[in-house]
Order: sequence, then structure tokens, then C-alpha cells
Amino acid sequence: MTTALVELDGVTRRHGGRPALDRVSLAVAAGEFVALVGPSGAGKTTLLKAINRLVEPDEGAVRVDGRDVRRVPLAALRRGIGYVFQGIGLFPHLTVAENIWIVPRLADESDAGRADRIAHLLDLVALPVDLAGRYPRALSGGQAQRVGVARALAASPRLMLMDEPFGALDPVTRDALGTAYRQLHDRLGLTTIMVTHDIAEALLRADRIVVLIDGRIRADAAPASLLANQDPEIREMVAVPRRQAERLAAL
Amino acid sequence: MSPALSEALVELPDLLRSHLLLSGCAVAIGVAVGLPLAILSARSRRVRAPVLGAAGLIQTVPALALLALFYPALLILGEATGIAVPALGFLPALIALSLYALLPIVRNGVAAIQGIAPELTEAADGIGMTPRQRLTMVELPLGAPVILAGIRTAAVWTIGAATLATTVGQPCLGNLIFSGLQTENWIRVLVGCAAAAALALLVDGLLALVESGLARRSHLRWGLGLGLLAGGLALALLPVGGRQPAGEVVIVGAKNFSEQYILASAIETRLRAAGYRTERRDNLGSTVAYQALAAGDIDVYVDYGGTLWANILGRTDTPAPAAMRAVLSRELQRRDGVRLLGALGFENAYAFAMRRDRAAALGIASLDNLAGAAPQLQLGADLEFLSRPEWRAVERAYRLRFADRRSFSPTFMYRAVADGSADVITAFSSDGRIDALGLVTLADPRRALPSYEAVLLLSPHRARDRRAVAALTPLIGAIPVERMRRANLMVDRDADKRTPEQAARWLDPFPLR
Repeated sequence: MTTALVELDGVTRRHGGRPALDRVSLAVAAGEFVALVGPSGAGKTTLLKAINRLVEPDEGAVRVDGRDVRRVPLAALRRGIGYVFQGIGLFPHLTVAENIWIVPRLADESDAGRADRIAHLLDLVALPVDLAGRYPRALSGGQAQRVGVARALAASPRLMLMDEPFGALDPVTRDALGTAYRQLHDRLGLTTIMVTHDIAEALLRADRIVVLIDGRIRADAAPASLLANQDPEIREMVAVPRRQAERLAAL
Repeated sequence: MSPALSEALVELPDLLRSHLLLSGCAVAIGVAVGLPLAILSARSRRVRAPVLGAAGLIQTVPALALLALFYPALLILGEATGIAVPALGFLPALIALSLYALLPIVRNGVAAIQGIAPELTEAADGIGMTPRQRLTMVELPLGAPVILAGIRTAAVWTIGAATLATTVGQPCLGNLIFSGLQTENWIRVLVGCAAAAALALLVDGLLALVESGLARRSHLRWGLGLGLLAGGLALALLPVGGRQPAGEVVIVGAKNFSEQYILASAIETRLRAAGYRTERRDNLGSTVAYQALAAGDIDVYVDYGGTLWANILGRTDTPAPAAMRAVLSRELQRRDGVRLLGALGFENAYAFAMRRDRAAALGIASLDNLAGAAPQLQLGADLEFLSRPEWRAVERAYRLRFADRRSFSPTFMYRAVADGSADVITAFSSDGRIDALGLVTLADPRRALPSYEAVLLLSPHRARDRRAVAALTPLIGAIPVERMRRANLMVDRDADKRTPEQAARWLDPFPLR
């Protein structure tokens, strides 16, 4: 068995006594596309943030590439992991190009080939290169999140953590971006862990779906076998997109 | 141009420079201390509460009191550490104004950093910025407009409050305002206020330019704004006019009224003729003036026997002038090494005064005569007299019972006796208005009122300076009360006003060189 790229080992995190994560263990292999789903407050975001230490577990250990994340310098750990979230968080005082180039700049990389790299990254997320000089306020929501993805990819990470990345976008843009990102994942050989509310998105895009309920992993399966799961809460969860699809077909 | 205006304009450039230097340094220290405090406070609730509380508390202390408090505080510090800390002038003013500048800088700094959208701090952390990188690359650039707004508020406040620095002996635009108010020379007041307002507006405008430059990322704008501010400060630092006249500097103190300005000016003239250079520390509070002299922060000033007797020696009895002077001379020398050079020849004491015609009609020449007529008479007093020990002593000694008593500010007290709405007033014996309004002062045969002889005091260091002593000795016994009254009137009257310097030349027509 190949060693996992990301490994959680008995991770517990309490929020004022109540555990947000309760002894969670999980291994994600290199190249996997894992969707984290579950009701609000189930601990999805906490789990994701435990990996790049935006949240510190109270118990248990997290390993990335076989190394305990507490042993890796914080800035180096985070710069090696792409992080995309619903709030996007483009810096309004920096241009698109400056936003994309921020991680290489933090790492004191030389500016050699900067323009080419930025053009390449914009191309990866299907944005025209003349956007590079604009400020974020001049972008649409979809364009902004594409820049967010390009920024996360700028330091050539192997691992991408995505927290509801397309949740605030309109359905058409969301679908287009979701499809485009899955292609990028395959093309660049990334490992992706994505938190999403959208079960249909998870079922259609991910290789593997992890269901969190009340801070514990309730199910961990490929999309097809999740549809066959007999757990009533999980059945209720997957029934929603299925019923919608049937009603749409009946129209 | 009126002489008052041209004289104020002559003094303006130097005062403007020291005003700008003082407020510029105070705001710079406010920023250097306030910004790190704001950053710490924004990060930690445990730091924030006490820091904002303390800055707010400082702000509730009136600026005048804050300035005055640093004088004794620095004196004590100097004595405790044995280091020669200058307790008068630039340093106490700088500390007080810097503290005053803190609140808007800290408060806006905290608001600026806490106001950064949470998704931006999450992004900064998530992409691996260190706390320092997050501060310099995200929080400070994005918070800059709010931070600068705080600095602008601090700058305007500080330039305004710096006018009060004259009370701790730091020359500033307040010199024009305070002396103008005391001598009712409104042109001086207006020139001082207008210059302070113009300076505040100019600095605020330049900071606004910096702010808009940062917002628009225009290096030209913020560079120009900062450059002009720095240039202004540099100009204020340059030495005046190239060469300074040679000679040792003697610092002459003055309290905050016309007579003090006139006497200080006369002292300056004598010292300059003896080859000294002179500097002035005007508008000193009564206790500050004496402490400053004892500490050597000023070299010479004129004080009054009764004031020293009560405030410095803490005595409540009322000996005759010569006896009081003898004790003062011995005790001040023993306590502080201060030398009482001698009495100038007049008193500035509380004296009951009436219109000459009215006093003659009622046959009143002394407080003993007054006691009989008092139940039919109105007393007009200044604002504090009726609560002072002098009044209780007089009341007791002469069994005075007036029909009515009213308090006025000095100007209105004199108007009241002039128009008959008060029969007797508590005048100051050297006040020029006594002669001008045709008043007579009533004798005090039971000596209930203490003596307030004007006496010339020298600091311990200057007391040993034979040349200075020789230069000032001719003033001793040279100024009878009628002469002082006329000199005061020249400055205080409404029409044909003279400056204190002109009055001093009339008072002591000493040939210059």
C-alpha cells in the first residue's frame, strides 16, 4: 500500500466542551479527489483546517506526506498547500497578478519568469491574460474565484484544500468552474479535499465521499456505493438530488 | 499697520517654528508609540482594554492640567535619578502632548486592524503569511486610511493643544494668545489663533494628500505630502537667521499678567545692556514659577511677598513688609538657595478702593471708617477674593458688614465701581485703573491685609553671578507704585494701548548701550 499524502489519526477538536471532531481518522492517497459532506456544524471545515493548521486539534495527529504537521514550520506547511475558500479573500489593494504571485513572493522566489507563470496560471483557470493588471473589485464573482484557484496553484502545490469554493456563485458558473477544476485536478495530478454542501456536486465530481455527522465519519465510500448506503440519514441526504433529477426528467 | 499687529508679526516666525517643531515631534512620538500599541491591542483583548482605557483617561485630563502636572513630575524624576532632567520648556510640553496624541492614533489603529474583512485575514493565514507579513502586506496597507484619519485628528488636536505649552515655559503660538488675553490686546490673540488654525489646516491638508495618495496608490501624492511635511519640520529645525549673537543666556520668567510682562521686559533690557542674551518663559503658574527658579530652569523673575509667604513658606500671619521680606530672604536662601535681591518699591496687594468723590462725601479714608458705613454699601469683589483668607482676616479685624456683596471678573469689577453699581471694590494696589478711574485705596491701620511687595528673585546659580546682580540691582527700590500703575495702564487701557516692551522702556528708561 502506498503511503497516504494526508493522514488524520484520532483527531479530536472541542468547541467549548462539545467535540466538533470526535476521534476522526482518515487517510487520503495522492491523486484522490475527496468530497467532505454532511450537515452544517458536522465538523467539515474544522477537519479541513486541521490539515493546514488553521485549527489546532486538541488530541490526535495530522500528517502530510508522512510528516506530523506540528513539526513543519507553519508558513512552509501552508505555502505548500493550496487553500481555496468561499470568501475567496483576494487582497483588494493588489492587482490580479500581484494576488496570484503572492505565495512565490512570500517565499522570496525570484521574479524571473513571473509574467509567463502568471499568464500560464490565468490560462489554466481559463481567464484572459489582460486581466492581470486589474484590481479584484473589477472582477465578477466567478472570475474572482478563478483567480483564487490560480493563486492557490501558483506555488505548484500537490495538495489542494477547498472549503465550499464555489458555494457563493450562481449555478451556471458553479457548474462550469466545478467541471474545469476537476479537469485541472486530473491534468496536474493534484490531491484535492473539498468541503461542499452540494451532494450532487460531490457525487458527480469526487472519487470518494466522506460523510461527517456530529464530528464523526459516518460513511466513507465511492459515489456509486454511497447511493446504496442503508443508513437512514445518508439515504435522506442522497435522496434530495435523486428526487430532483427524477422530477426534472418527468417534466 | 498698527504697532500691535506689526509687533505680533515680528514675533510670529519664531513662535510658529517652535510651535511646529513641538507639535511635529509630539505627533511623531504619538505615532511611534501609538501604532505598536494599536497593533498589540488589536491582537490581544488583554492588552486592548487597559491601553484604550488609559488613553481615554489621559484625554479626560484637561490639557492645561496635564501640562502643569509634568513639571513637578519631571522635577521629582530628576531628583530621584540624579540626572539633570530639564523640567521646564520643551520636554514636559512634548511628553504631555505626545500622551494627548495617543488616543486617536491608538483608537483608529485598533479599529483599522479589526476592521479588516475576516476573509482577508483567513486568506493571509491560509496562504502561509507569517504574522509580520500579514501586518505589513495586508493589515497596514488596508488599514492605512483609517490609521491616517487618526493621525490627522491627533495632528489637529496637538497643534491646538500646543498653544497651552506656553504655561510650562515652552515658546509657542500660545505666547501671543495668552499675553494678548491678559493685556486685552485682541490683535495678538487673533494673530496667535489664526496662525495656529492655519498651521492645523495646512498639516491636515498635507496628511489628507498622503491619505488619498495611499488610497489611489499614487506615489506622487503621498510622496509629495510626506515630503512637504518633512520639509516643514526641517525648516523648523534650522537655526534662526544664521548667526546667534554672542553671550551667555539668562532666562527671564513671567507670570501671566501685564505687570509681569512689563517687569520681565525691563529685566531683559538691563541684562542685555550687561552683555547677556535673554530668553523669556512667560505665563508661568504661580507655583511653577518659583519651582522653576529653585531648579534653575529660569534665572530671574519678580514675585510678591505675600504669595511666597503663604504658598512657599505656608505661613498665615501678616507681618509688616520689611519683617516679611527679612524672613523670606533668609528662608528662601536656606530652603532652595534662591536669592531675594530686594523689593522693587511697590506692592501689588489686595486693596479696598472707592471713587474719590464718593469716599470724600462719606468721609472714608481707611477700613476703620468704612466699617461704620458698610451696612449701606455694595461690595464688588474679584472672583476669588471672598473665599480667600485675606477676606476673613479683614472681616474679623474691622467687623465689616456690607449691604450686599457681588463677584466680578476684574474688568467688570472696575466698571462696576466706575458706574456706581458697586461702592467699594477689592482692587489690586498696582493696577493702573485705580488712577485712571479716580479711585482711592483705603488704609489698613490694623494690618489685616498681608503685604504683597514685588521682590526680585534670582536662581541659586544666577545669585552667584556678580555681573547679573550688578545689572539688576538698580531696579531695587526704583519703582514707586504710582509709576507701576501708569505703566500697567498703558498696556491695559482700551485706547492708545502700548506693548509691555514700550511700557517697560517708559518705566525704566535705561539707556541701551
